[in-house]
Order: sequence, then C-alpha cells, then structure tokens
Amino acid sequence: MRRLINQHPGRAAGLALGVLPFIALLVMYVIASHIRLAENPDDKLLPALGKIASTFHSYAFEEDVRTGRVLFWADTWASLKRIGSALIISATLGMILAVGIGVVPRLRALLSPLLGTLAMIPPLAILPVLFIVLGLEETAKIALIVIGIAPCIARDLALRVGELPKEQIIKAQTLGASTWQLIVRVVLPQLWPRLIDSLRLSMGSAWLFLIAAEAIASTEGLGYRIFLVRRYLAMDVILPYVVWITLLAVCTDLALRVIRARAFRWAEPER
Amino acid sequence: MATVTVRNVWKEYGATVVLENVRLTIADHEFVTIVGASGCGKTTFLKMLLGMEQPTRGQILIDGVPIRPEPDPDRGVVFQRYSSFPHLTVIENVMLGLELRTSRLVGRLFGAARREARVAALAMLESVGLAHVADRYPAQLSGGMQQRMSIAQAVIRKPKILLLDEPFGALDPGVTADMHELILRLWEENRMTIFMVSHDIQESFQLGTRLLTFDKLRVDPQSPEAYGASVTYDMPLKRRTPALP
Repeated sequence: MRRLINQHPGRAAGLALGVLPFIALLVMYVIASHIRLAENPDDKLLPALGKIASTFHSYAFEEDVRTGRVLFWADTWASLKRIGSALIISATLGMILAVGIGVVPRLRALLSPLLGTLAMIPPLAILPVLFIVLGLEETAKIALIVIGIAPCIARDLALRVGELPKEQIIKAQTLGASTWQLIVRVVLPQLWPRLIDSLRLSMGSAWLFLIAAEAIASTEGLGYRIFLVRRYLAMDVILPYVVWITLLAVCTDLALRVIRARAFRWAEPER
Repeated sequence: MATVTVRNVWKEYGATVVLENVRLTIADHEFVTIVGASGCGKTTFLKMLLGMEQPTRGQILIDGVPIRPEPDPDRGVVFQRYSSFPHLTVIENVMLGLELRTSRLVGRLFGAARREARVAALAMLESVGLAHVADRYPAQLSGGMQQRMSIAQAVIRKPKILLLDEPFGALDPGVTADMHELILRLWEENRMTIFMVSHDIQESFQLGTRLLTFDKLRVDPQSPEAYGASVTYDMPLKRRTPALP
C-alpha cells in the first residue's frame, strides 16, 4: 500500500471527488428544507427547490409590473457594469503606480509610503464620505471598489517588479535600454500575467465592496435586490442571487486563468 | 579600440575596504581573466567596470574617457544566471539590442527593419549554434544553451568591452569546453576586450591573454576589514595552442 501522499485519484475519480461536496450540500439543503416545511408549510427560511425555481422564473423571464423591466437581468447588468469599470480602472491605476514605484527610485520614495498608508484605510469607513462627495450615483460605488482594491493591486505589482532579477535590468541597460524602453520592453510585458493573478485575488474584495455599496444606496443591482427582499425574508430570491453571484465570480476567475495560460505561455510553470 | 585604464581605484563600504589602490592598464583586444578567493572583490571590480557600482576613489577610463556611472552599450555583460528575458523567445532576446538601438520610442521594430534585425539575429544564433531553437523560450533551453544565447545577445550590440561574471560556473564540464571555443572565436571576430571573472584557475590560464589575481596585500588580524584586496599577480599569458583551428 502506497502512502496517502502518493495516491493520486484518476481523472474521472478526481472529477467525481470534486463534485461530491456540491451534491452533498444540495442534498443536505433539500432534506433540511423538507423537514422544516413539513413542520410549517409557510416557513420562509429554507424554501423548497420548486418554490425557488418558480420565483427565479418570474424574476428572470417576466417583466416587473412596476418598472417594466426583467429584474434579474437588469440587476446583473447594473452590477457587472459597476464591477467591470472598477476593475478596469483599478488595473490601470495599479499598473501605472506599480511601474512608477518599482522602476523609478524617486517615485518610489515619493509614493510608496503614501500608498502603504492609503491601503490601510478601511474602505467601508469612508463610504459615507464617498456618497457625500460624489453623490449617490454610479461614481461613488465604482470609487469604493477602486479605493478598496487598487492600492492592493499596486502594492502587489510593485513587489513583483522588485522581484525581477537585477541582472535583467542591468542587461537591458547594456543593450542600450532607456528607462522608458526598459518599462515597455522588459517590465510591462512581464507584469501582465502578474496583473491577472492580482486581479483574481482581488475579485473577492471587489464583490464585497460592490454589494456593500449597492446595499446602502442603489435602485438596482444584485446586492441591492438581496438587501431589498431581505425585509420580506425572501430566501427564494436571495439564494438564487447568491448562487448567481458566485457563478459569475467563478466564471470570471476561470476566464482570467484561461487568458493567462493562452496569452502568456512563457509564464506558465513547466509541465 | 578599447583600452581600459584603472587609476588608483578604491572601493569601501563604510569602514570595510574591499579594494585598495587598483592600478591597471589593459591594452585593446586583451582577454583578461580574473581569479581570487570568494569575497576578494573580483566581482566588485567587474561591477565597477560595468557601472553598477562606483569607485569610492579613483577613476576608470575607456580610451582615456571616464566611464559613465551607469551601464551602457559600450560594455556588454553575461552573468552566471538570469541575464535573459523569460518573456521573449530566443531570437527575440537576441534581437532586443538591435531594436532598442533603433526604436527609441517603443523599443520595437516593424516591417522591413524588423526582418533585417531578424536576419542579423539569426546569423548570430547560427554562429553560437542555436538557430534550431530560435523560437523557443529561454526556460526551455539547457543551462549551456541559455549561456550561449546570453552571449549572442550581448555580442550582437558589438560592445567594446565584454564582461563575463563566472559565465560557465554553473555548466557541465563537457559543455564548458564548447563554450571556451565559442567565446574565443567571438573574441577574435569582434575584436572586443574581455574581462572574465572565474573561479576555475585552469580555465583562466587557458582562455586569458592576461591573468589577474585579487588578494589582500596586508591583513590586520584585529580588524580584517581594514585593508582591501588589490591585484597581487598580473601575468601576461601566451596561448600555447592557437585559439582557432
């Protein structure tokens, strides 16, 4: 018998093992829901799957009577727009700051302490400030996410620049590279895959800040809906919304991973 | 032409003297090999020639002109490791020097200029025996091949001086012999002045036309950092066998 550390599951077995916990959770939910509903048919805490499906159908495929919009997709679109713009802005800011800080010692001296301090401000603590200064529209929500994740991305990427071997930087100079050429030919190309890693890690915080912003002041969005229907204990709405958010996050993560593997073959670990 | 004059160079880190009063005149097209115990300052000397470090006192001149206090294309370098760019293929690594020279704004060539650079880079790769792996990434090459690429990358910019910091230190003995032949051929073809730091004495005698050893001239047992190393032996070497068949 080989040691546990040397027993690897096959492809099919590995897949089955991965799916197993999900099925177990689902089964546990169905059983628990069944028990509660048997006791009290009006129980709202753990609605039956059928109830969830019919509510989801009305949210996702029927127009809302009051607004004339299909709420589920309107919410999804609103949230994705916010988080998407915030990620693009954060990535751009993060790259610019990281390259400046990582490459130019004067900029490092100027910006590094500031960035280190800004990153320590709890973003939710300044959410009221954002709403007061920027108003209750989209800007404040996007700003919250950017303030929440951009400093972390910038610091992470600046560290990655610092990890480039000194030999590379010297070699580039002996090949005649100016500071600018060094940035565009040596530093930036090696930073892109790191940016994708950094974005993947920031995704959780980004959703957190998005939902926080939407919960407080919004008229649509996935987070807004969840916090709106919370008043009616509408678990049949909240649960599918949570599953949907999770699914969106998982898909984004997967997409980023695929992009990294395809576009930056050199950065993949040797197999 | 590249005559190197080292004029009374000292290197100190605080109270620690690493090098003291190094005085040398190196003729054009010399192959200088540098040996010495570890920590004797031979790598520091190379770094000062490269412009990575500045002498505390004294001056280094190339053809009578003080060297710039930062690396520049006059002085090419091959390190023991890490001197290739992992995100570029082998040929792109070699082309980089040509692209940086011509395209100041984006560091990249396009169209006919790019094809021309590619041809030059391919010829260079041919000469170091790497043409067949031109489109691989450096990480996919063996250690010896990576060093060949690194040498090709440095030589294509036609530096006056080529600095080698234990370039063959991490290679297998069989591979090293090939590398010796390669570096001697490139040295002849490009008329560079070469400085090579090595820990292999035999290699240093074999390759060099002039051998320097760095060591401390004086040692104070109470404070070993008080005196630095200097050139203790400076031997002109005559190559016994012709460098090239």
